[in-house]
Amino acid sequence: MSHHIVKADNLYYTYPDGTMGVNGISFTITHGESVALVGANGAGKSTLLLHLNGCLVSAKGEIRIGDYQLTPKTMKAARRSVGMVFQDPDDQLFMPTVFDDVAFGPMNLGLPEQEVKDRVILALETVGAAHLKNRPPYKLSGGEKRAVAIATILAASPDILVMDEPTSNLDPLSRKRLISLLQTFEHTKIIATHDLDMALDVCERTIVLHKGEITADGPTLDIFNNEDLLLKSGLEKPLRMQEYKPILANLKKKTHHHDHDHNHHHHH
Amino acid sequence: MATIENNLFDIRTMDTLASGNTGLHRLDPRAKLITTLIFIVMVVSLGKYEISMMIPFVIYPVAMVVGADLPVFYLLKKILIVSPFAVLIGIFNPLLDTQPLLEIGRVSLSGGWVSFFSILIRFALTVGAALVLICLTGFNGVCMALEKLKVPLPFVIQLLFLYRYLFVLIEEASRMIRARSLRSFDSGRMRFKVFVPLLGQLLLRTLDRAQRIHLAMLCRGFDGHIRVAKPMTFGQKEVIFILSWSCFFILARRYNLPVIFGSIIEGFF
Amino acid sequence: MHMADALISPAVGGALWAASAGLIGYCSKKLRQDQDDRKIPLMGVIGAFIFAAQMINFTIPATGSSGHLGGGMILAILLGPHAAFLAMASVLTVQALFFADGGLLALGCNIFNLGFFPCFICYPLIYKLFVRGKASSGAIITGALVSAILGLQMGAFSVVLETFFSGISELPFAVFVALMLPIHLAIGLVEGITTAAVILFVWKSRPEIMMASPEPGRGYSIGKVLAGFAAAAVIVGGALSWFASSHPDGLEWAMFRTAGVEKFAAPEKGIHSSLSAIQEKTAFLPDYGFKTTESHPGEETAGAWPAVNPGTSVSGLVGGLLTLCLAVFIGFVIKRRKAART
Ligand SMILES: Nc1ncnc2c1ncn2[C@@H]1O[C@H](COP(=O)(O)OP(=O)(O)O)[C@@H](O)[C@H]1O
Ligand SMILES: [Mg+2]
Repeated sequence: MSHHIVKADNLYYTYPDGTMGVNGISFTITHGESVALVGANGAGKSTLLLHLNGCLVSAKGEIRIGDYQLTPKTMKAARRSVGMVFQDPDDQLFMPTVFDDVAFGPMNLGLPEQEVKDRVILALETVGAAHLKNRPPYKLSGGEKRAVAIATILAASPDILVMDEPTSNLDPLSRKRLISLLQTFEHTKIIATHDLDMALDVCERTIVLHKGEITADGPTLDIFNNEDLLLKSGLEKPLRMQEYKPILANLKKKTHHHDHDHNHHHHH
Repeated sequence: MATIENNLFDIRTMDTLASGNTGLHRLDPRAKLITTLIFIVMVVSLGKYEISMMIPFVIYPVAMVVGADLPVFYLLKKILIVSPFAVLIGIFNPLLDTQPLLEIGRVSLSGGWVSFFSILIRFALTVGAALVLICLTGFNGVCMALEKLKVPLPFVIQLLFLYRYLFVLIEEASRMIRARSLRSFDSGRMRFKVFVPLLGQLLLRTLDRAQRIHLAMLCRGFDGHIRVAKPMTFGQKEVIFILSWSCFFILARRYNLPVIFGSIIEGFF
Repeated sequence: MHMADALISPAVGGALWAASAGLIGYCSKKLRQDQDDRKIPLMGVIGAFIFAAQMINFTIPATGSSGHLGGGMILAILLGPHAAFLAMASVLTVQALFFADGGLLALGCNIFNLGFFPCFICYPLIYKLFVRGKASSGAIITGALVSAILGLQMGAFSVVLETFFSGISELPFAVFVALMLPIHLAIGLVEGITTAAVILFVWKSRPEIMMASPEPGRGYSIGKVLAGFAAAAVIVGGALSWFASSHPDGLEWAMFRTAGVEKFAAPEKGIHSSLSAIQEKTAFLPDYGFKTTESHPGEETAGAWPAVNPGTSVSGLVGGLLTLCLAVFIGFVIKRRKAART
């Protein structure tokens, strides 16, 4: 199944107001790979993802999804195979009930009614949200919204899953649940995130983005061990890989202060 | 601030009421919508001096409220809160129409007062019926009924979108207001200078959101058509509901039931 | 300035429902032809914005009162007339259903008063006059101000007309006009200023949005809209009025075709005398209550209308009270039985 590859070649995008979005990006992602796209706020992650199914069109360069190049003609097919989960589930859940929302994609594919129903139920069961099917989206919690947003994508059975900061605004338990869910998916996955711990759990490969450019691309563990690189890209080692020095911090006040400032700096 | 959150609370309350599970809730929304419209037309078609004939119409909202376990006082309060315009206009009637119309013992009531009360009762009945409708059916239910009744789809979709994002936007607006009032130490009044950028920001965010929603729709194969049709069952129950209430309304419209009732009672003494 | 069910007759309500429904159909058709599917979420979300914005009040200096953003004009400027009309109609529908602003029968009036004038008169004919092609702050401010004020004046006048033709309120036409127009001049001023300020804010911070703001649309002709609307209103209003006047109770006539319903002579009365002819046509005559017991033909000439019949009045009152008690009692019993069952 070589057709689940995603290939970006030299993408450039500038927003109408002159802000630079992405600045010459190229990569190839092969079938079944899970790739984390990390980078500070404004690094261009969302902008890049929006190119992958033609929501934004690069000024030059090209995108290949599977066997064909992304053009207005192939857009429809590309959108079928690339399922995109947006950062704010409120943008994605626009129909009156969860069921209608999950059914929106399959209905647009023109599937028969029974098949639509089956797919909706299956997708909702996959994310553990079958009991929510008759609820309106505004009555869901943050975690439930996220799960349903993922179900809306699964229902159209895409080959490639693209997610924008799926763990943002989730409480720890919902986050954990989401991570185990993502681990069960066998799709090709591209996940934009600041949550490096999640990246560590879900993705074997990481692409680091900084100011619209790729600063590193390689195995997740290697990249996360490279503190210099992370620092330069405005990132910080996953918490799990950081040493925990409570006694030291308590004993030596100065060090503690230093650490604190250091962390603080990294966040911004 | 208080109002914006109260309004949200109100909408949420009614939305929750509509998710009840009584027989009345389960009735096809079309049946309830049609019955409500017939009810309202019947009530407003009564003459302006016809207070006594309006009274039997109270039975419909009362039956709905009781049958569906709706909170009586909540609804009464809502009706009271919204009456100023009707009262404002109606209050001129007693001043302008002073012909005596009704005599009870020695007290005589002018036509103006009678028509004023009739305006208030009309108001309570029509508003009450609309509130009952939404509490029994829910907004989405009403929209589905509209769609089935051949209301143009763009309008129905517009209603659904508006209702969906009402919650998001009201919350966004109240977050912004809260942030403002935390930072400003004035009396909590909003000055125009603050008001404009606040609304302007909200509008910009709204426009951005609309764009993102559109992208999200495109990503799922949106082709300009939204299919909202839902299977609904307009069965025997619905027919009986509409017919029996309509019969009652017509009866109450045709005969002055309270007068008949009153004279029967008087006959006993 | 929401019109309320309690103040309108079915003829007026029906006529304006027809007009608004016609406009909704027309706008929907236009939007479908437009093929701009971005507008579908845009309209809904901006409608929600208007709804939320109307709950945010600012203090008007030195008056102690407060103002908020109006709907029609800003929608028209952002969306163009057709989409704006639908958005406004949906805002009013939600308000009617949840906040009982107005009512369901009056919804037609409200959609017309608050939607038609800003979207189809003020925006294309007035606002566009000022803001044509390249916009400037001055043009936006003047355009928004003038069109918001005029739009509200038209709406307010239309409220007066609707109330007057319904004949439920005794308020004389001239007095009502003198009351409504100045109040709405002030409201219009506030609406114009807020609309202009918010539009300017958007225009200054994100000019590209306003650049993309819609033109009145291809094949759009105000004349056609007006003619269509007028025809619908005249036909429906005329039919209903005729219905009401030629049959004392049109509704009943339609349902039973009962013969022999006698009509009360309606003596001229008070300030309304010159208008009673119209009123008679639009308001359904209340001529039952006094026939169910004995009729007193002599009393009709006494000048009171309808005839005063103390006996009937008392039995009506007693019966009314009892009916009310009965209704409440029935409710109470059902509630008790339901509680007992669960
Ligand atoms: N709609 C937009 N209009 C203008 N600039 C934008 C828009 N969206 C994003 N940007 C800008 O593009 C850059 C990249 O943004 P984005 O891709 O959202 O970053 P990330 O998702 O990594 O946080 C940022 O500087 C941001 O301000
Ligand atoms: Mg982003």
